[in-house]
Amino acid sequence: MGKVIVVTSGKGGVGKTTSSAALGAALALRGDKVVVVDFDVGLRNLDLVMGAERRVVYDLVNVIQGDAKLSQALIRDKRVETLYLLPASQTRDKDNLTEEGVERVIGALRKAFDWVICDSPAGIERGATLAMRHADVAVVVTNPEVSSVRDSDRIIGLLDAKTAKAERGERVEKHLLLTRYDPNRAERGDMLKVDDVLEILSIPLLGIIPESMDVLRASNVGAPVTLADSRSAPAVAYLDAVRRLTGETVPITIPGEKRSLLGKIFGRRAA
Amino acid sequence: MKIFRIFAKQASAPVARERLQVLLAHERASVGNSDLVTLLREEILAVIAKHVQIDRDKVNVKMERGAKVSTLAVDLEIPLDTGAKAA
Ligand SMILES: Nc1ncnc2c1ncn2[C@@H]1O[C@H](COP(=O)(O)OP(=O)(O)OP(=O)(O)O)[C@@H](O)[C@H]1O
Ligand SMILES: [Mg+2]
Repeated sequence: MGKVIVVTSGKGGVGKTTSSAALGAALALRGDKVVVVDFDVGLRNLDLVMGAERRVVYDLVNVIQGDAKLSQALIRDKRVETLYLLPASQTRDKDNLTEEGVERVIGALRKAFDWVICDSPAGIERGATLAMRHADVAVVVTNPEVSSVRDSDRIIGLLDAKTAKAERGERVEKHLLLTRYDPNRAERGDMLKVDDVLEILSIPLLGIIPESMDVLRASNVGAPVTLADSRSAPAVAYLDAVRRLTGETVPITIPGEKRSLLGKIFGRRAA
Repeated sequence: MKIFRIFAKQASAPVARERLQVLLAHERASVGNSDLVTLLREEILAVIAKHVQIDRDKVNVKMERGAKVSTLAVDLEIPLDTGAKAA
């Protein structure tokens, strides 16, 4: 039986889809069988980020409504053969996701894959609650910024109340993924510190992903950043996050900490 | 570095942290009881209306959330002429 991970945040545009693709690809690179499921019905994007947009025939809603078999809707990645995508519908809306339908699909995927990664839509409505419904593990994607932290707090509350696990009296394992971390803004003191965010949300840290052009480049060419350039800073951060997710202890480095030390020395000279 | 900072704007992150801590402490506590102020307003109104005639629109109840305690401010107008009600 595979594990179900929801990648969620409350706030929009913080990096859920980017992270779903990057983590999914990184897990598949280890040889695990992975499916990434796009729950953002009506605003699908995972297909683009993963470079599969021209191969979408059927989607999650088709499978839920019985118009297509699961095997017909799954798209196999061209680069990593154990990586699959289940796209969202672009023309329907979230009302087409039924509770029973989602349960059936996730149940079937859990049997066939080692990891089922659910890319949640923004918000706290139906789409988001259904995406987290059957999760064993939650990756809470947060930017070091007040509104994102507040929304993450709200989502953590929902994970503890509205999931199938919570209703059985069990706990969803929660991890914080701090994304779009900008070392320059941190150095100026205008970005919430890692410790502050951790103290406020009090869930364990899975990783810190730096703000980087490499993410944009990867999405331009349609490759998860962990496949596009596995040695880029964000890719290394995602690969480390996956090692932590699978139980390894990997020390966390705060992006730019070393360089900012050097920067200080040069700054003094220049002044 | 500090010396040069004097001329720069003060770091805003510590302010963000403070505000978040206060806000979230309250949001977490008020789950399932989000309308405390509305409830208080109604009950306060009822108590006062027993003794003086008041205009509902002239009653203001505000809650200011602080780090350790919150303050509840009740601000109401009591008209002079109808000051006392038949007790
Ligand atoms: N580490 C990063 N560095 C730079 N840009 C990033 C980073 N992470 C995400 N982005 C960019 O931010 C934008 C939003 O990212 P993404 O689509 O992954 O967020 P999302 O949380 O899935 O959004 P939505 O809530 O709309 O689904 C994209 O343009 C993406 O390329
Ligand atoms: Mg998204």
